[in-house]
Amino acid sequence: MLGEGIVKGLAETARNFLGSFVDEERLTTVEYPEERLPQAEAARNFPFLIYDGDDAEKGLRCVACQICEKECPPRCIHIEKSKDKKPDYVGKQQFYPAVFDIDVSVCMSCQICVEVCPFEAIRMDTQFELSTDDRFGGLLWTKAELAKTNEYYHSIHPTEAGETDARLDEEKAKVAAKAKPAEAEMQAKA
Amino acid sequence: MTQAISVEEIKAAMEAAVPGCRAEILRNESPSAQHSLLIDHEHAVNVAAFLRDDMALRLDFCSCVSGVDWPDREITEKVKVKKTVTTPEGEAQEQDVEETRKTMIPGFLEAVYHLFSIEKKHGPVVLRMRTVNRGGDARLPSLTPVWRSAEFQEREAFDLYGIVFEGHPDLRRILMWEGFADYPMRKDYVPPAEDDVEAVAK
Amino acid sequence: MSAMVTRVVLEEEESARGVEGELLEISMGPHHPSTHGVFRMDVRLDGERVTRLKPVFGYLHRNHEKIAEKASYLAAIPYTDRLDYLCSMTNNWGYALAVEKLAGIPVPERAEYIRVITAELTRLQNHASLIGFLLQDMGASGTPLMYAFREREKILDLFESLTGARMMCNYMRFGGVRVDCSSEWLEAAQNIASSFPQFLDEYEQLLTGNEILMARTQGVGALSAELAVNAGITGPMLRASGVNYDLRKVDRYGIYDRFTFRVPLGDHGDVYDRYMIRLLEMRESVKILEQALAAIPEGPIIDPKTRLRGLRPKAGEAYGRIEGPKGELGFFLISDGSTNPYRYKVRPPSMINLTVLEDMCLGRNVADVVVILGSVDIVMGEVDR
Ligand code: SF4
Ligand code: SF4
Repeated sequence: MLGEGIVKGLAETARNFLGSFVDEERLTTVEYPEERLPQAEAARNFPFLIYDGDDAEKGLRCVACQICEKECPPRCIHIEKSKDKKPDYVGKQQFYPAVFDIDVSVCMSCQICVEVCPFEAIRMDTQFELSTDDRFGGLLWTKAELAKTNEYYHSIHPTEAGETDARLDEEKAKVAAKAKPAEAEMQAKA
Repeated sequence: MTQAISVEEIKAAMEAAVPGCRAEILRNESPSAQHSLLIDHEHAVNVAAFLRDDMALRLDFCSCVSGVDWPDREITEKVKVKKTVTTPEGEAQEQDVEETRKTMIPGFLEAVYHLFSIEKKHGPVVLRMRTVNRGGDARLPSLTPVWRSAEFQEREAFDLYGIVFEGHPDLRRILMWEGFADYPMRKDYVPPAEDDVEAVAK
Repeated sequence: MSAMVTRVVLEEEESARGVEGELLEISMGPHHPSTHGVFRMDVRLDGERVTRLKPVFGYLHRNHEKIAEKASYLAAIPYTDRLDYLCSMTNNWGYALAVEKLAGIPVPERAEYIRVITAELTRLQNHASLIGFLLQDMGASGTPLMYAFREREKILDLFESLTGARMMCNYMRFGGVRVDCSSEWLEAAQNIASSFPQFLDEYEQLLTGNEILMARTQGVGALSAELAVNAGITGPMLRASGVNYDLRKVDRYGIYDRFTFRVPLGDHGDVYDRYMIRLLEMRESVKILEQALAAIPEGPIIDPKTRLRGLRPKAGEAYGRIEGPKGELGFFLISDGSTNPYRYKVRPPSMINLTVLEDMCLGRNVADVVVILGSVDIVMGEVDR
């Protein structure tokens, strides 16, 4: 019968429409921004730099090795290496970035920088409401804007942060273990 | 991907079917081992038609057409030559002297065709053609009359590399606009300065 | 050579009429809701009838190939996401496969399974939204597309929880994949695989028997098998014309030889067949998903010997191709032994599938052009690169 297919289709539409009153599955939209969906733990948006402790200058893990600058596909990271050195998280003397800028208007959130960083210094943030009316300055994030605490990292990606910390602790333990025999030797000599 | 028939066999079949055609096997040393056949210009269309229609080969599907740019290269090599040298003592002597010799390898543009057979389900067979040079003689015969799938891809190679495909039914720029002068995929292409891009954007 | 015939007919027709003034030349696009992005067709009309149609590309051109030639092998992966931005997973796979061929990199078992799972999920969401868009082009504003997006959303959520991004996944690497999936994730994927057939049933209930849909699609934009093969048409469009050519069966790349599934084929090669093929392919994809999810082993997810950063394949070349949701997606790479490819070429299925757009549209009216274009399934990010 002509029109049968249309009637069947309309029945389907009605099922979905009425279903949306009783079934969560069929009601798929939320009223953003009043209502928000929880973000996935792995969600990523733009990178940030991690620092340990309370002092962003002192605790910054980045050692300005510039690997991420070189590997970033659109080349939106700009780093200037410091002239002097400061101790890193295991106490070794290292350079630090005097300037670390990311142009987030160019960044494509690919997280290649995170993958290649050997010092667990850069990670992806989950913030996404970042509009600004300053097209150039507002979208060029400097070191001060990029630096976030390790606690913040734990709050957004708990699993990943836990794994990172475990790796770092292991490294620290290794360094300590190496340092100990050396110390013992020194004492023995003395 | 099954390469049912070796390049040597294809070359022999080709030369038997199209009298006078010259083909050269280019070995590919990478693990993919996809060797290619370099064919001459005059017989290219006939060779292509043969490859498409031959009952054993039936390469009816031309999957991918790529332009490649090989700019002029200068090879510097150290060679030992015998030379008569006048030493401070005043006597002329024959000595071995190291000399750096520079050889210019003229550049060319290349079109690479990846052929498969849908009927026989084998492939890829890689065909190549090379232009005489990168300047005014960057011409190749078009294989679009044989495989229509080459139509847009040859236009693209013309647009981005400047290879002129003779016998193409509709050779115009495809991705860049009409009136654009340069060929952006060539290795020596210089993009406009960043500020210019900005100025155009505004 | 059937391929060139239509062109000749067209020219003859024009000279026979001799009344140039009555033909109307219009430009459909670049900003036209039916063109799926910024795409233009210069159409010549005789009344409502199309007598010539020339597609114009390039509005989204960014010279993707040059960018990749200047980037390292690793840094090119996030750019492949942006080719066909609905299917970043399959784009990643195509590129990874080409690099693996070029450098001879093995892929661990588990990674192969994850690749199949993510690729089939991508196919599901691509085909579901394509049908939605096609119906949108036909004038069914919203409803079918929204139902498709509801399902697509579930798959994108899954991608987000695995890779961190919904569309720009940047997930596969040469030699494997980037992160491992948890057992909860696999369970969630299983849920989608088991509930998807129900959605397909509903979708078919809504659409397949619909008289308007049949009137608008049956016999429209028919494409013969010979022309489709000669013009390099691939993917669902080729199979709708009755040619049995699916790279998952032909090349058996990855581990596709382990799964049993069928390749649906069409009879007429018209828009209706293209629509049906996609519905049937989704059912086959669900079958593959079920099998892959049941058999996925434990183990490493990436080849430990492969250097991601600073990969330098030996000089040579390789062409790798996969069956993307839109057709054969190929990558042609030439290495000169350095850290970035000397030549990087994408074989974009959506662009090559447009070769026959004119042939399919000649003699039809403007409303049909919109439907035919919709059935090709193009994404401008890939067409223009
Ligand atoms: S996320 Fe990607 S684009 Fe952004 S800074 Fe890191 S490497 Fe660069
Ligand atoms: S963020 Fe990491 S990779 Fe980048 S400079 Fe700092 S330490 Fe090096």
